[in-house]
Parts: sequence; C-alpha cells; structure tokens
Amino acid sequence: MTSKQTFTHSKKVDLGTIVAGVIIVAIYAGVFLLEQVIPPTSMLFTVLKKGATYALVAVSMNLLNGFTGLFSLGQAGFMLIGAYTYSILTIPLSQRAAVYQYYDGGLVQFSLPIIPALILAGLVAALFAFLIGLPVLRLKSDYLAIATLGFAEIIRTVFQWDKMGPITNGSNMLRLFPTFNDFNIKNAQGEVVVYLSTLIPFLIAGVCIGLIVALIHSSYGRAFMAIRDDEIAAEAMGINLARHKQYAFCLSSFFAGVGGAMLAMYQNSVQAKSFTSAMTYEILLIVVIGGIGSITGSCIGSFLFVACSEWWLRFLDQKQMIGTWEVPLLRNGFRLVVFSIIIMVVVLFFRQGIMGTKELPDLFRRKPGVKSKRKEGAAK
Amino acid sequence: MSLLEVKNLVVSYGGIEALKGISFSVDEGQIVTLIGANGAGKSTTLRAISGIVPIKAGSISYDGREITSMDTQKIVEAGIAMVPEGRRVFANLTVLENLKIGAYLRKDNAQIQKDIDHIYKLFPRLQERSWQLAGTLSGGEQQMLAVGRALMTKPRLMMMDEPSLGLAPLVVRDIFSIIRRLSEEGITILLIEQNANAALHAAHYGYVLETGQITLSGTGEELLASKRVQEAYLGKGKKHK
Repeated sequence: MTSKQTFTHSKKVDLGTIVAGVIIVAIYAGVFLLEQVIPPTSMLFTVLKKGATYALVAVSMNLLNGFTGLFSLGQAGFMLIGAYTYSILTIPLSQRAAVYQYYDGGLVQFSLPIIPALILAGLVAALFAFLIGLPVLRLKSDYLAIATLGFAEIIRTVFQWDKMGPITNGSNMLRLFPTFNDFNIKNAQGEVVVYLSTLIPFLIAGVCIGLIVALIHSSYGRAFMAIRDDEIAAEAMGINLARHKQYAFCLSSFFAGVGGAMLAMYQNSVQAKSFTSAMTYEILLIVVIGGIGSITGSCIGSFLFVACSEWWLRFLDQKQMIGTWEVPLLRNGFRLVVFSIIIMVVVLFFRQGIMGTKELPDLFRRKPGVKSKRKEGAAK
Repeated sequence: MSLLEVKNLVVSYGGIEALKGISFSVDEGQIVTLIGANGAGKSTTLRAISGIVPIKAGSISYDGREITSMDTQKIVEAGIAMVPEGRRVFANLTVLENLKIGAYLRKDNAQIQKDIDHIYKLFPRLQERSWQLAGTLSGGEQQMLAVGRALMTKPRLMMMDEPSLGLAPLVVRDIFSIIRRLSEEGITILLIEQNANAALHAAHYGYVLETGQITLSGTGEELLASKRVQEAYLGKGKKHK
C-alpha cells in the first residue's frame, strides 16, 4: 500500500484538524473519567459500549454504501461470522464442556488471546465476503442488496444447523468468553481498581475507524469514490472495477466482523438468531441519519440511535402519570412507534442526515465558497 | 509506422453488429477524426480500443503491439487515454482529486505533482477551482477537467469522444484550440465528433463512419471539400430536391 499512498503536498496541519484531534482526545479522556466516577450499572455505559460497537459497524457499512456506492445489506451476516469466530476461539478450555454441553465439549480444543481472536474474526468475515463477492459483486444496486440480504439470512440458518453443532454449538448460546468487563483491572480481593470496560471498546472502534479513514484518504479510497461517481469513467482511468469492488467489500466485511466480535463482548453471549436483518436495518438507519458519506456522521448517529433506543425513549414504554392524569398511548412497544416517526421525519426533512458529507474537522474550518468535504482539504 | 492500427474490427451488441469490420490507422503526432451520425458506431470504436466493450473479430495494435482484448488497465498503462462522452467527471470529488485519479496507475509521485502544475497552467480555470466539487463546474470546465484527467495518465494517444457535445459555440472553439495545443505538445489524438466541420478543420486525417462501416477517408481538407461530406454532415448543398 505504501507506494499507493497520497503523495505529500507541503502538509500544513490546519485549525480544523487540530480542533478535531483535541475533541477526540477529550472524548476518550471523558469516557475514562466518567467510568471511574459513575457506578458501572448506569445506562450511560450500556449506550457508550453498544454505541462504539455500532459506530464501527456503521462506518464499515458507510465505506461500502457511502464511499464505494455498493448497496449491500449483508452487515448482520458478517457481524454474525465475526461474533462466532471470536467467541468460538476465546472460550477458555476449562469452560468448553459447560458451553458445548450437547456436543461433548465441541471440536475446537484450543483458546486464543483476545486480540488475535478479534483480528481473526475480521479475517474470517473478509474471507466469506471474498467468496460471496465473486458472484455477487457483478450485480448492481438493488440486486446486490437483495443478494447480500439473502446471504445474511442463509448464514444465520447455517450457523444454527445441528450438524454444525460441534463448532457453532447449534442453536444454543455461546458464552463464558472474555467480555468487555474482563478488561477492568482488579485487585487481589477481586474489587475493581480501574474501570476500562468502556474505554476498551472505544479504543478498538477508534483504531478500526482510524484505519478506515486512512484508507479513504489513500489512493484506494479515491478509486472507491471514483467508482461510486462513475463506473465507466473510473474504468477508463484504468481502475479495475471488479478488483476494487472486491477490496471494498472484503475490507468492509472485515470491520463488520470485528464489530460483530465487539457486539459479542458487549452482550456476554452470542446466539445466531439475534443477528436478524433488523440489525442490518438499524445499522443502515444510523448511516442514513448520520449522513451517507460521512464517517463522523456515522459515529454521532450510532450513539444517538443507541441512546434513543436503549435509554432516552424507554419512558414511552411505561405508564406515566402527570398528577392524577394518565398520559394516553404510553404502553409497551410505543417507543418503537415514536422511533419510527422520528426516522420518517429525518428521512423526509433532513435527507442529508446530520452531517451530510462533512467530517469533524470541516466544522471548524472557514473556507468561504469552498465545498471541500474531507480532511484532504487541509493540504494546500 | 502508425501508432494505432485497427483492422477489420467487428463489435456486436447481442447479435446486432455495431461495427461491421472497420479498418483505420492513426499516425503518431497527428489529429485523426472519425465523423459520423448518431449510431454510426463511433463511441463503440473507442470503447473497443480501450477494452471496455468486447471485440468479436478483428485486431487492434498499438505501437507495434497487439492490444486486442487486453484489460483496460493494461491499455491505459500502455499510454492510451480516453476522454469519455459526456465528460463523466467524478462529480462528488474535488477538481484536484479528479486529476489524481487520472494518475491512479502511475507510481512516479514527484512527476505527478509536476503534471498537475502543468495541467493547471494549461487550464488556469481548474486551478482556481481546485477545491471545488467537479459536479459544480460548468460544462466547459468539466470538459477541461475530463481532458486534464486523461492527460494525467501520461498518454501517447488520447481518444476523445464528442468533446464538443452540449457546449456553447465559444466554448467549443476553446476546446478545439486545446486539442491543437495538445497535438503540438506531441500527443496523438483520435477525435470522435458529430461536429464534422470543426473536427475536420482541426484534423490531419479523417474517416467517415456510417452504420458500422467506413465509407470515406481522406485528409481534413479533402473531406471538407467532398460533396458527400458536405451534403451529409456539413449541411451544405441541395437538401430539398
């Protein structure tokens, strides 16, 4: 990749990039501090952990749908592969008999550390993407979406198949693998000294999103965007369409796989039947709400979405009394109605999403009349 | 020896022959034009040369090398650039990014920057709009960008598909003066045009393409003087009889 990197202009770091950097560091510091101060049972941490996980998956989907113009709906399938790969490989040997109780302890009789397992989760998802991509990437727009959606459904069924049981534990849960909580540093008495269970998902997602941003700003990223804008012109410039689509598909799936592994760590257990197409739609919503083609948008959208669905709109599901007056309509499930209405409003009136195609540094940049949309605008 | 040699080229789209075995050649350093009406097969010819559409029969050689059915990527690397019909700039990328994509297959980073500067000298308008999204440019500016982007591939042969399409007459004049200038810089040009008058005035040699066959050829002046060309493409002669 080195030979293909963007050639350097006289790189001058501008104000926007600096402010963005400061904000990102501040967020990480804030997360770390909050975790030491607020009790770990707070809803806030649920939102932050799941938000970081979904942010990574949303960015990976944006890489494919927003930057390369390939409309794929296979995200849940690749997350499932990542989640299973991670959990199968990391369940401690001593626990395997308990987890695979119906399959004599399962076939896999070794256990990997967390980081290699995370990377493998991505690689296995990417491998599946490569194989699926060979036939499927010849399709365009809606057809590609249908084919990838179908793939995700098939994967979900295959992983629950009884014959696969010794590996996937069939339709039973995978559990007892290392989770985010295992990152907390404990003292000899088993009391937590330093809480890291929220910072770690932020770090994993941050590194992965950083890699995606670097990719988008490389010449590969430009080639992806060229394909999105005009396939014929891109081909005329010597960009190999099939190969670059395959790259984008595999890379996106790699990060979706890592995101799936993070989801497993967040949930403490994995079951194939929870990776439904509804999950893909949630991710798609985040991408649309955040702004198709904006990494920052996907991240903000993810936290907003998770906060709304898990926390802020929960009150709609319970009876509420104002004085002696009972608020009508509020009952179990009403949250989802309100949620759907919000989404409709966003899609109808804010079609660009929260960020459009802008990124974080662009917000602090004053360049009248110049619609530079990415960090690259920094180099003069 | 000619830089590009096309022999008995046949291209068919689902059974219908768009090109019925055409032969022509482009000499190094010249401006050669293919003129013809809609559907004559002009664009198909260019696309076949750059490997975007499959060839049914015939051969194409470039610089003495057979390039029939080669990958587009290899053909671009060999030095054949295409300015596609309708400009087709990358609308959501900036002008500068568009130019960089032109250099996608090149690895000589230092030279790339020089070439960008050179293109900015050729088209000062592009430099002014360097950070603007290409989709916000005017038609003429987009055409300049499409030419600039093709130049970034470092071509020896540049194929242009209807560069004057949909542009105001004054802008068309600019585009043709750019074509002459590129030719003076040593780039061989294969130009496809419906605007036969302008194309033949600029070209050293021309071919007339009609429903997939070459029916006439000659130097630019010869074709301009030809009665048949005048009647069919230049709107001269007795039309109502």
